[in-house]
Amino acid sequence: MLTSARVAALSALLLLQAGAAQAFCGFYVAQADSKLFNKASKLVVAHQSKGVGDHDISITMASDYQGDPKEFAVVVPVPTFIERKQIGVVEISTIDHLDAYTAPRLVEYHDSDPCYVPPKYSELGARTMAMSPPTGMGRSMPERYRGVTVEARYEVGEYDIIILAAKESDGLANWLTDNQYRLPDGAQNVLGSYIKQEMRFFLAKVNLDRMQMKGQSFLRPLQVRYTSAKFMIPIRLGTLNANGPQDLIAFVLSPRGRVETTNYQTVALPTGNNIPLYVKQDFGNFYKAMFEHSVAKKDMKAVFLEYGWDMAWCDPCSADPLKNSELVELGVRWIDSDEPKLYRGSRGDFPGVYVTRLHVRYDSEHFPEDLMLQETANKENFQGRYVLQHPWQGTADCKAGDSYFDGLPDRFSREAETLADLTGWDKAAIKTKMTENGQPFESRKSSGFGAFWRRGFE
Amino acid sequence: MTIPRWGRDARHIQLLVLILLLGVNLTAVDFGANLSAALVAVVTAVVTQAACSRWIGLPRVEWRSAVIAALSLTLLLRGDTLWVHALAALVAIAAKFFVRVGGKHIFNPSALGIAVLIFSTEHAWVSPGQWGNSLWFATLLALLASWVLYASRRTDITLFYLLSHCGLLLARAWWLGDPITIPLNQLQNGSLLLFAFFMISDPRTIPDARWGRLIFAVSVAALAHWLAFSWHFRPALYAALIGLSPLIPLIDRLFPADRFQWQNDTRKEGLSSC
Repeated sequence: MLTSARVAALSALLLLQAGAAQAFCGFYVAQADSKLFNKASKLVVAHQSKGVGDHDISITMASDYQGDPKEFAVVVPVPTFIERKQIGVVEISTIDHLDAYTAPRLVEYHDSDPCYVPPKYSELGARTMAMSPPTGMGRSMPERYRGVTVEARYEVGEYDIIILAAKESDGLANWLTDNQYRLPDGAQNVLGSYIKQEMRFFLAKVNLDRMQMKGQSFLRPLQVRYTSAKFMIPIRLGTLNANGPQDLIAFVLSPRGRVETTNYQTVALPTGNNIPLYVKQDFGNFYKAMFEHSVAKKDMKAVFLEYGWDMAWCDPCSADPLKNSELVELGVRWIDSDEPKLYRGSRGDFPGVYVTRLHVRYDSEHFPEDLMLQETANKENFQGRYVLQHPWQGTADCKAGDSYFDGLPDRFSREAETLADLTGWDKAAIKTKMTENGQPFESRKSSGFGAFWRRGFE
Repeated sequence: MTIPRWGRDARHIQLLVLILLLGVNLTAVDFGANLSAALVAVVTAVVTQAACSRWIGLPRVEWRSAVIAALSLTLLLRGDTLWVHALAALVAIAAKFFVRVGGKHIFNPSALGIAVLIFSTEHAWVSPGQWGNSLWFATLLALLASWVLYASRRTDITLFYLLSHCGLLLARAWWLGDPITIPLNQLQNGSLLLFAFFMISDPRTIPDARWGRLIFAVSVAALAHWLAFSWHFRPALYAALIGLSPLIPLIDRLFPADRFQWQNDTRKEGLSSC
């Protein structure tokens, strides 16, 4: 992780740039990673378009599965046949690193002495700083499994993988049920739809013997890579679980720019808001409430952008940028190096890497279709970022100091309103907490004869 | 109810509705239109219209259709630089003057601008999901657009297109065994309505006869459907419209009918259609 000092150094450089750049400075103090959300699955999609209907896609699935490994089973529709070399396992720490790097973040600033008069720009000189930013099986099946073909079986790390093709949903459902894949109600229709769209099924179960032999105590994320026209995230089978809405956080890595959904609205989460200082004590709770409130405001019909950034840098960084080797591990095959060095951008004609972090809360009612994605050329940076602005704590015995302190209650009120608007929390309760935590709503005036004179006679 | 004089020319209504939609887009849609792009597109379109009109000796500059094309581009086309919008507007307007068959321009200007920029550069894209699929917005748009239909002519093609598109989506859902919520989600799309009401409905670039319009609308819907579901091509609507437009002269020959003229357009055939 970048140290605070380094973050501060980056911020200071940016401060000398145009006004807009100032929005990116501040000390990073906390992050809201995906562990906040129950029932959240994480997916890393690396995508490179080669032309119309031709996409190289790698999907890495991180499971939050906590149960007995022998009960673990996953069914994922995939658009093509998958060979052994197209499947792999990834270290969970790599996904956790990407999660931390892209997480919404809390930053804080400290007001300067209101009586301080900065030297004019001309006195500073024109200082400018630049930022650069198988085994094929094909055996015949009994009538009960009509139309089902086991196309391949693979052993990948702690997993046993089967690639299944099917012609009829009945046969497929029977095969899955008989092989201890528990299907939720309604799954047969969804499977039938995928079959007609010529999708295959990627099945994974845990091989306990191999898991023990390797000394693994947890399940590693599975990765599958393919070339297809279908740049999408299949969510329909997931909506059939009757456990209420679920969260999906998709990290999409692409060479061109931001990725968005084309059959649902993609919305940027509120960002850059000044919020009360006490939020620092429980940033996670704030972020969760804000996300839930944003979902409700959009009637649960939007996909939210949490982060979109060129992976060569960050400011402020909530974690180090990823290494070349980590990006390659996550499916980024278009960069010029796979060395374990920090990724600092691609050289020459090699495309760069842009990460889009999308967060969606979905159920079958609001998200009946799979998520259809497209890459855009939009390389604008976006981060979920929330600001704590600490007031000046020293003395300020001057006229500017008087008006500074007189203005603080209004500022605090605006912060309370912002927090109420973002989270739906009660404004009076917010104000009470602010008062208890050093943000009172009465002016803290300067004292002494100077202040008395200024207020009385000037 | 009588229509006020200015409202008898559908282009005035279109302009009002497009400006209103631009306002909605600018204020309520993330990653939507932006004002600089709108200004660049409008200025480029009007300047191109003026230059081309002068080039071929037209007595006056028909600025309304140029602004309508530019506003449609602004609402639908996205780019990471401003020249994308300038170039799209230039292509859209210039093609009206220089890509003609039998005195009629065959490509819808804004659809051509979108298709050319998407196929020729890495800097342009369309965002079909960004209008959101809230039903209220679809209803609002449909109401506004029906006003346009009310004031315009030959826009039966919108109905033909929407019915074909809707029929294909429902047929697909039935074939796949999908719930009705899936085609409904696909239909509640602002971009689709913009395409149907403001693009394919352009009376200057569609077949003259009703039968011709029906055949053309069904063909566009079928091609777009194939591109969208077999190729997962996101700008399928615009590609289908532009891809099939060269067939319009043939359709007009098979089903001859009077050429469309805007109301009060007294200039002679051939020059008036710019």
